[in-house]
Amino acid sequence: MERKTDVVVIGGGITGTAILAALARLDLSCVLVEKEPDIAAGTTKANSAILHAGFDAPTGSMKAKMNVEGNRLYYELREELNLDIEWTGSLVCATTDEEKAQIEELKARGDANGVPGLEIWDGDKARGKEPNLSQKICAALWAPTAGICWPFGMAAAFAENAAENGAEILRDCEVTGIRAENGGFAVETTQGTVQARFVVNAAGVFADKVAAMAGDTSFSIHPRKGEYILFDKTAQGKLVKGIVFPAPTKTTKGILVCATTHGNTFIGPNAQEQDSREDTAVTTPGMDEIIAGAKKLVPELPMGAAITEFAGIRAVSDTNDFIVGESKTVKGLYHAAGIQSPGLTSAPAIARLLADEIAKAAGAKAKADAKTGRPAQPIFRELSSGEQAKLIEKDARYGRVICRCETITEGEIVDAIKRPCGARTVDGVKRRTRVGMGRCQGGFCGPRVIEILSRELNIPVPKVRKDGADSYMYEEKLGGGRK
Amino acid sequence: MSEMYDVILVGGGPAGLTAAFSAQQNGAKKILVLERDREPGGILQQCVHNGFGLHHFKEELTGPGYAQRCYDLVKDLPEVEILVDTMVLEVRKDKTVCAINPKRGVMELHGKSIILTMGCRERTRGAIRIPGTRPAGVYTAGAAQRMVNMEGYIPGKKIVILGSGDIGLIMARRMSLEGCKVQAVLEICPFSNGLTRNIVQCLNDYDIPLHLSHTIVAIHGKDRVTGITAAKVDDKMRPIPGTEFEIDCDTVLLSVGLIPENELSNGLGLKMHPLTGGPIVDQRRETSEPGIFAAGNVVHVHDLVDFVSDEAEIAGKFAAKAALGEAGGAARDLAVTTGDNVRTCVPQHLRLGADAEKVRLFMRVTKPMRGKLKLSVMSGGEEVFSKPLMIAKPSEMIAVDLPEAKIASLSSELVVSLTEGK
Amino acid sequence: MATETKVLNCINCPLSCELTATVEDGAVTNVTGNFCPRGAQYAKEELTAPTRMLTSTVRVEGGRLPLLPVVSAKKLPKGRVVDCAEALRSVSVKAPVHVGDVIAADILGLGVDIVASRDMETA
Repeated sequence: MERKTDVVVIGGGITGTAILAALARLDLSCVLVEKEPDIAAGTTKANSAILHAGFDAPTGSMKAKMNVEGNRLYYELREELNLDIEWTGSLVCATTDEEKAQIEELKARGDANGVPGLEIWDGDKARGKEPNLSQKICAALWAPTAGICWPFGMAAAFAENAAENGAEILRDCEVTGIRAENGGFAVETTQGTVQARFVVNAAGVFADKVAAMAGDTSFSIHPRKGEYILFDKTAQGKLVKGIVFPAPTKTTKGILVCATTHGNTFIGPNAQEQDSREDTAVTTPGMDEIIAGAKKLVPELPMGAAITEFAGIRAVSDTNDFIVGESKTVKGLYHAAGIQSPGLTSAPAIARLLADEIAKAAGAKAKADAKTGRPAQPIFRELSSGEQAKLIEKDARYGRVICRCETITEGEIVDAIKRPCGARTVDGVKRRTRVGMGRCQGGFCGPRVIEILSRELNIPVPKVRKDGADSYMYEEKLGGGRK
Repeated sequence: MSEMYDVILVGGGPAGLTAAFSAQQNGAKKILVLERDREPGGILQQCVHNGFGLHHFKEELTGPGYAQRCYDLVKDLPEVEILVDTMVLEVRKDKTVCAINPKRGVMELHGKSIILTMGCRERTRGAIRIPGTRPAGVYTAGAAQRMVNMEGYIPGKKIVILGSGDIGLIMARRMSLEGCKVQAVLEICPFSNGLTRNIVQCLNDYDIPLHLSHTIVAIHGKDRVTGITAAKVDDKMRPIPGTEFEIDCDTVLLSVGLIPENELSNGLGLKMHPLTGGPIVDQRRETSEPGIFAAGNVVHVHDLVDFVSDEAEIAGKFAAKAALGEAGGAARDLAVTTGDNVRTCVPQHLRLGADAEKVRLFMRVTKPMRGKLKLSVMSGGEEVFSKPLMIAKPSEMIAVDLPEAKIASLSSELVVSLTEGK
Repeated sequence: MATETKVLNCINCPLSCELTATVEDGAVTNVTGNFCPRGAQYAKEELTAPTRMLTSTVRVEGGRLPLLPVVSAKKLPKGRVVDCAEALRSVSVKAPVHVGDVIAADILGLGVDIVASRDMETA
């Protein structure tokens, strides 16, 4: 199928969806293409889920500017898009004099970057905030503007808002080539060619490959894997309520102990350079490394309450900074590349910057009737029993609990599938509703979610996928076909 | 909706249905069973294999056959009402049960007695930390069993099963009968956690290798499982470097243990037992909260549904008596503790009144033992009961009845132990 | 005269008694280790003409659920169980079905019926 549009955004992670939402508020037509079955399938789905304050990156770097500005913008977006964010603040802990000097340096850098409210605390004050911290911690940098968030939910919110403003989102749509054509681009995809005046490259770990397709070979991306262990909600009392970092190393912010907006806690990540852009295997040495690392902050880890492990890939550019703006060599091609940490925090700032540049180049103006929100998403468990009764009366499917661990109803699952840029996979339903995220990890509700997806998407059960493009879950039985 | 019932059962599996029948038999007039699935019967409906019922119904039945027997006991009784497709959200100490279903919406129900019969759930991949990727094709054995036996789909064609519990063994045979190839069953313990009869007829009959003291050290595949790496483990269950080998498969089924489903019990603040994972109960199956009873896998995971039924009969009887105001007093509260080689024993205490009462103890041992074994129950230095055994295994629950005459005179705590004879 | 001793586990009930059978010229002459008479019977059969129960599922048309669980009314020759399971894969029945209804009579001519394990009402 041939499509014609003003802008194509390549990549449906937090960066791509934020850019799409910003572009969709202009009087431009835009299409986002994502190679996986759902948005937020790469780096966005497996990272530390932190909105950083902005003291890490060198003053004057693109990272520093985008981080501080992005953090500020999320305070507005949280209300506008009903984002799952808690402003917990963060601590960076020092256990030696050397590390103490390091965090003082961080504070000075943060002040220079324009981060508000930074303070140096002594160990006891830090333990007053987080009682399970190690007695060895002698000082900590307190950053009140940092927060924790649910990255998938934020990407979904950006995508839904973009869809509300007329943007088109194509999933299972991989870019196979980009040609210059009629002063614009012909973007070849697995779902046909998309003609566009502008191309935004937000392709995450594949951003250098996409740039090269369009003729820009000015940078390269190096994958870096980070592994995590997630703990059950019951363990939170033994861990932390907010974000706790160790003193940073040259390459990373270190292995942290951190709460999630769902009431869980995680430890990680480590940082492993690797060649593969897709290998998210969790390893035994990696687990040992993050357990050892986290123990420096919280000595007594409740390992029996671990419920899952996962790994994510960060896209590190060879400049070690974000590459944001129009390509130096290909006019009309805009990059949002090398978006490693603090990419999540920076996304709205990057989106605003690129949308402004493209608006200028295209002569576009803000849409007069642009919507700022997204469709309401009923969350059954958070309603009063009176509200629950009303909801069930209106739609009986809210009276059928599918996920018992998290009390998620069939109504919520159907909503997650039917809403703009809705779920198309089991994990997509899980990330939009939390179905299967509890203790049973989908043991009971998995088969029922598959059945609902099959029914609502009108596809046979064997076509229902877990997550990735070829992640089919069940097959027809041998012999005797289904009637 | 607000109604008063004599007995409300949370869960309509074999425990709930049997307890409901027992409550009716013991005089309860208004009994309500709340079941979250589309029909009563619980997990038995997906256990299509046979081997159930030899103790309780004196006949060999399939899982659905056993469920049908339980359902037939109560389906025509005017005293018993069953609501399916109904989820209990909360049970309160005042014995209010909050539940929802699509037809009746939000319900607040009141019981004079409540019996918790929620059953158990499976341990998951996360709980045992298997390294590797997270592709499709990794399922708990029970989830796959439901798809194969109730929905009509298979999880894959080349299968590795981790864990030799009964569900894993049964699924090995089931998948073989569906025309799939079961490559291996891996068990981290040096012994199987399933019944020997299942090793024979589910693995040996189909030439499926069982690797004891082995586990999965990596799962491979990006979108779908493409294979696993197995390794031998040492006596601390740590993989031994250098013993790794690859097994080609598209599916991994996990049968790594069951956990009593006690979210509602925890919400109630019931006293729980750290080893059984269920509420602490007395011989009547009353929990730490008066009027709230529990029976079946929610109390401790059974290997035989027959024992679940036995326990549910006890709970149903005493829940009915409590509802009718006929519960006898309890002058003595005696702990039942575990001694040598016994890991768990239910009930954990006896609340004894003036009337003689039969007491049945269910226990699990800590390790496999064989030879001249003696199971003994001691109280105040005296032997209350003893029984010779030839074989004892952690996977097989042992049930014994203490003689009524002895119970009447007990005055100090009971200690249950298993010793090797001289 | 060839005499050998075979050790096997009874599969009749969950006790799984460990049986020791004495086999003389292909005939079982003595069995020990069994708690009940079924153990001795099992050892004799298992070492001469082993049999197994078969449980599986068949498709149901118009039923409340898509599948009906079924069981062999009697034990089948062990070597033919897999063939019977394969034969059942192409069997389909119409709801309603009652527990005990014959689903496949005299399967593969082995003289054993396959029957329904439970009731299946119409949808």
